[in-house]
Amino acid sequence: MEPIIAIRDLSKSYYRESLEIPVLQNISMDIARGEFLALMGPSGSGKTTLLNLIAGIDRPDAGSILVNGTDVPTLNESELAEWRAQNVGFVFQFYNLLPVLTAFENVELPLLLTPLTKKQRREHVEAALGVVGLGDRMNHTPKQLSGGQEQRVAIARAIVTDPTIIVADEPTGDLDKRSAEEILALLERLNSAFEKTIVMVTHDPRAADRAHVQRHLEKGELL
Amino acid sequence: MKIPLSYSYRNLWQRRLTSVLTMGGIGLVVFVFAAVLMLANGLRETLVATGREDNVVVVRKSAQSEMMSAVSRESASVIASFPEVETMASGTALSSSEVSVIINLLKIGSNDMGNVTVRGVAPEGLMIRPQVRIVEGRSFQTGTSEIIVGASIHGRFQGCSIGQTLRFGGRDWTITGVFDGQKSGYDSEVWGDSDQLMQAFNRPVFSSMALRLRSVGDFDAFKARMASEPRLQQLETKREKLFFAEQSETMAAFIRILGLVITIIFSFGAVIGAMITMYASVANRTAEIGTLRALGFKRRSILSAFLFEALFLSGIGGGVGLLLSSGLQFITISTINFGSFSEVAFGFTLSPSIALNSMLFSLFMGVVGGFIPAVRASRMNIITALRST
Ligand SMILES: Nc1ncnc2c1ncn2[C@@H]1O[C@H](COP(=O)(O)OP(=O)(O)O)[C@@H](O)[C@H]1O
Ligand SMILES: [Mg+2]
Repeated sequence: MEPIIAIRDLSKSYYRESLEIPVLQNISMDIARGEFLALMGPSGSGKTTLLNLIAGIDRPDAGSILVNGTDVPTLNESELAEWRAQNVGFVFQFYNLLPVLTAFENVELPLLLTPLTKKQRREHVEAALGVVGLGDRMNHTPKQLSGGQEQRVAIARAIVTDPTIIVADEPTGDLDKRSAEEILALLERLNSAFEKTIVMVTHDPRAADRAHVQRHLEKGELL
Repeated sequence: MKIPLSYSYRNLWQRRLTSVLTMGGIGLVVFVFAAVLMLANGLRETLVATGREDNVVVVRKSAQSEMMSAVSRESASVIASFPEVETMASGTALSSSEVSVIINLLKIGSNDMGNVTVRGVAPEGLMIRPQVRIVEGRSFQTGTSEIIVGASIHGRFQGCSIGQTLRFGGRDWTITGVFDGQKSGYDSEVWGDSDQLMQAFNRPVFSSMALRLRSVGDFDAFKARMASEPRLQQLETKREKLFFAEQSETMAAFIRILGLVITIIFSFGAVIGAMITMYASVANRTAEIGTLRALGFKRRSILSAFLFEALFLSGIGGGVGLLLSSGLQFITISTINFGSFSEVAFGFTLSPSIALNSMLFSLFMGVVGGFIPAVRASRMNIITALRST
């Protein structure tokens, strides 16, 4: 089967005071449809950078990233924003919920970029919050939720648009062991029951064990 | 565009203290702005209400006020015989040849002197101005040293009640009545018999004439007839309303300019306040901006969300300022009108256009204060913004 993500000869450097800091060098990899992949490596090895490139919030210096047939780096900024809204679900280490919005409204946010009606949006949001087990917390604000619950709301927000891929950057990095366990179980279920393609960055080996495939980055190169 | 408005106002609510202070700054400026315009407007309305559409005044050419004008007895009788002038059942013209002098009176509650216009009118003077009504006592009698005082003179100057006498022009004048001019400039005048006043002040000529035309449309014909009459070349005619509006212009312009200069200076403070608030708001929410952008919201959505926030701040602030300033309508101010050199009492008058301009001004301050921070928010790099968590 054709891979859902195909990365070829990807390079990326950052510049600090005109000093070039190479972050990724000639990365090539395929990720199959429905795969749960863990991207591992020491801090500063370029995991987040690679994930951001796949998710279309950063641009490579060279190489191509085909996601479901679209060469992401060739899109202009506006197209890229629309592409992300339709194809990428984001899960962040610090949840990144908007504090003034309720759980319901946070999950509804990505749907505001779709042509869905208010009623259809409500159905989608309720379904997504149901999947993460927070159907009874819809009107809570992030402050009224625990870290694990916040991350579940964030996961609901990531799946509510039924995206092509879900990217998760250290999704358990800020959680206690039990909550981390719940989040990993949830991601696993999304992958197995809903056939979601998940790319997860982590440096926690126990988290990585839950994934089907593990890839290691070291100093910007895939091992 | 797509970011819900509730996001913007809930963030303002989140930082209520800062929001309220910022709104307060804008509100204060709008309050002053509206107050100044209301004052200028109040003055204008007061003086313009003094006039009637089908009334005209005749004064000497380029006389800034009735005080500086002169109309001879001969000219007055020529004009009164013009066919455009309304006549009464008896056949006499509805015209009043008048004289204006200024006297000093002591104010109530302080020992300051104030200038007051004394107007000598013909018996027809009251008929020409139907808005002027005797509310207490009776009118003065022609051929006597009786006078009547305007409602706001009655309340503000000493010795101006019925039965009391005022001394000016070498005589004692007895007050027989109080008249109400429905907030017009006449309220701040003293009226008596024109012949008596001319004798007392040794005036050989009238100051001005007030006339009622047969119809509003007769004005052009009346004006043309005056222009074609060789004996009237020194004189000009104006609609009464316009005449009083012009009188108010110097003063209204003075109030407006002084007030606007103050407001503009204040508004810099308010705009900077709004800018600081919005900058802090953007800085505090860098990660949120990064998140929204990652989710697919575009730069212009971010821009409009923050701009809306600034507009919301300034709109509420301006609304409150305007509301407070509308309370000023219950206050009456009296001051020297530079147009006639006498005191007029007038209030703050709100008009729809003042309300609109005040709100536009406050929104303008919001846009100016919020624009640069909002642009900054929208220009943020997603990666940099997300890394700020
Ligand atoms: N926006 C940036 N500007 C400059 N340097 C950056 C930026 N993002 C990442 N880097 C650098 O790139 C390297 C890789 O970063 P990152 O991808 O975040 O690593 P990881 O997620 O594996 O810890 C690090 O040395 C980091 O300092
Ligand atoms: Mg990282």
